[in-house]
Amino acid sequence: MVNITINGRQIKTEEGKTLLDAARKNNIYIPTLCANEEVSPYGACRLCLVEIKTAKGRERLVTSCIYLVEEGLTVQTDTDRIKKIRKMLLELLLARCPDSEEIQKMAKEAGVEKTRFVEQEGNNKCILCANCSRTCEEVVGVAAISLAQRGVEREIVTPFNEDFADACIGCGSCAYSCPTGAITMTDVKGKRIIKWPHNTMDFKLKKCSVCGQYWAPEKQIKYIAKKSGTPLSDYDKCPDCRD
Amino acid sequence: MAKLKSPSELETLRSSIIQKRDPNKPCITICNGTGCQSYGGKALTESFRNEIKKQNLESKVDIRVTGCHGFCERGPLVIIKPTEILYQRVRIKDVPEIVSETAVNNKVIERMLYTDKASNQKIASEKDVPFYKLQKRLIFGNNGLIDPTSIEDYLAVGGYTALTKAIKMTPENVIEEVKKSGLRGRGGAGFPTGSKWESTRNAEGDVKYVICNADEGDPGAFMDRSLAEGNPHSVLEGMVIGAYAIGSHEGFIYIRNEYPLAVRNMTTAIEQAEANGLLGDNILGSGFSFKIKIKRGGGAFVCGESTALMASLEGRVGEPRAKYIHTSEQGLWGKPSNLNNVETWANIPLIISKGADWYSQIGTTGSKGTKIFALTGNITNSGLVEVPMGIKLREIIFDIGGGIPKGRKFKAVQTGGPSGGMLPENMLDLSVDFDELTKAGSMMGSGGMIVMDEKTCMVDMARYYTTFLEGESCGKCVPCREGLRQMKYILDGITQGRGKEGDIELLEELCATLLDASLCQLGQSAPNPVLSSIKYFRDEYEAHIKEKKCPSGVCKIG
Repeated sequence: MVNITINGRQIKTEEGKTLLDAARKNNIYIPTLCANEEVSPYGACRLCLVEIKTAKGRERLVTSCIYLVEEGLTVQTDTDRIKKIRKMLLELLLARCPDSEEIQKMAKEAGVEKTRFVEQEGNNKCILCANCSRTCEEVVGVAAISLAQRGVEREIVTPFNEDFADACIGCGSCAYSCPTGAITMTDVKGKRIIKWPHNTMDFKLKKCSVCGQYWAPEKQIKYIAKKSGTPLSDYDKCPDCRD
Repeated sequence: MAKLKSPSELETLRSSIIQKRDPNKPCITICNGTGCQSYGGKALTESFRNEIKKQNLESKVDIRVTGCHGFCERGPLVIIKPTEILYQRVRIKDVPEIVSETAVNNKVIERMLYTDKASNQKIASEKDVPFYKLQKRLIFGNNGLIDPTSIEDYLAVGGYTALTKAIKMTPENVIEEVKKSGLRGRGGAGFPTGSKWESTRNAEGDVKYVICNADEGDPGAFMDRSLAEGNPHSVLEGMVIGAYAIGSHEGFIYIRNEYPLAVRNMTTAIEQAEANGLLGDNILGSGFSFKIKIKRGGGAFVCGESTALMASLEGRVGEPRAKYIHTSEQGLWGKPSNLNNVETWANIPLIISKGADWYSQIGTTGSKGTKIFALTGNITNSGLVEVPMGIKLREIIFDIGGGIPKGRKFKAVQTGGPSGGMLPENMLDLSVDFDELTKAGSMMGSGGMIVMDEKTCMVDMARYYTTFLEGESCGKCVPCREGLRQMKYILDGITQGRGKEGDIELLEELCATLLDASLCQLGQSAPNPVLSSIKYFRDEYEAHIKEKKCPSGVCKIG
């Protein structure tokens, strides 16, 4: 176990944990957008920056979602300097995604009413945190979408930016992991429609042989059957109608 | 060529190479660095070959095709040995005369000599030209003496002597020597090289990697290119010594694909070193083995950042990661790795050969040795200059660089590439030193030095660099991607006459966020051009914003 101090509170925490983990476990709030415990730390949104002082006395700003706890660390999560950085980051994000309710909410909480910067057009809610593509690759294991281009041109797209991605199984993990609602998923009339910022794809849903409800994309079922080595016939019924 | 099995076999080979050479035999040395090649150096070289054949002088006059000499402004450069006569801006029509008069009869042809502007005197010898005379060309000097595709040339000037010395030392002693020399990384950050090596050596793991960063991407900078093109063996020798000290058996040179000549010459050098037993298995019979592979970069500026470079080496997208886990512990493919820049590696043979005590006498307390700068912009003598650390900016720009052309006045100098600061005239007596430059709001960087005259608009320059950096930001973290986008909008506005009250303060606020919150050095150093130009040339910003006027007449306002 490691002893650290966060905002004056002495905390005992497991070795190998990140500062963000340690803070959350002790109900200390640090705002984040790109942090997702299901995938490896990324450090892109920078909202989780905190001020630290090491046991040796070195002071610096670190990304709490990546920085690991160490003995004798003193952490401040809400200093004036940190607040100022977060406000500016949210102001920048507000200019990028003026229509994202999540960003508006976070900005308001940080005390930002409106942005002084040029707002981007096109109702784009994507902040490029890559939660979707990282989940798709690391959790689902299919890597059907990816970041392309660089800098301000960067975008999350399907291969070759086409409304078709052979690898995509339609599971919708990208939509679940998106913090800003930039990716949406709707099931209508036996079809699942997933909308990314620049692409839209639809997937045929499977009907339950008992209750007749549509319950999962056929492509996803095939993928699960193959991964688990079970026969496709095991998936005729939806989970609710199984014995 | 048979593999050399011991240091003594290398010395025997070296002696036989030197013995076969007559130091008094005329040799026409032609610069074929990329700069001189673009002036027609290749055709000029062919013309010299044909002329020597035509005049039946093949046994009497040698030709040596070398890498960049640095005096790019006056290329193509031709030097006749042993008299050291320097001809500049040589044309094909001059070739017959140079061969028959100078090479054969030692007669100087006045019209091709360099004229010193200050004294209006023609100077015959290369070493008397002020551009060269005031430099200290320890690393770069051999470029003019060797054909980069000839390992014999490198051996003839003492090449691989440092390696033989190093493998007789313990790895710890080699590291100690590098630490004692005070060498700091030439890639920009200035981290002490010896300490880096030591951490990598002490890191746990059997597999360790040594990497050479040859992804030079600063606009106007070409020191690493010229070293890799003109003296590739010096880089390899440094890497072998480093690998020996660290305990690594595999190395990579990450070199940008836009440097085809550097890729070619480096590849040739690796093949030659392997064929001679200076690289590969059981180097010089020492039992130590080390291999080097070349990986070509795809042209992203951010891949010069060490963690992005390693991601690219691994075949992933070139994006930086946080450096809380040190490269020396978990670098390439998660193994302990040591990454140094081309120029840093090229310093190593010199330190080992001449010793840390000798090396550390050059430079300042905190910055030792020499540094190569790419002197460009509004400067009379643009080219590559190697100077001792501690030299004043004024000496580089006015004494070596020959000052500002067209009778104009100096306005600013930017050191450290696109994310360096722009320093005004009253900072010209600043010493070239890692810490001094940082204190002044600029940085050493990898060695770009761009001189600007009075006709330059500093706001426009800040806009230019911000646009460059916005385009090269990888886009991973919010402050760098979105911050640079907004900084560019504001600067576009100011230079187009749409500037408004509060713009300067907003820029400063954005800069502070980039400095504090960016993930890597690209974003953390990106504010330098804007902050330094606001600090030293605030009046120009104010003139654009308040009076809607560009004092230098560059920006089209109204």
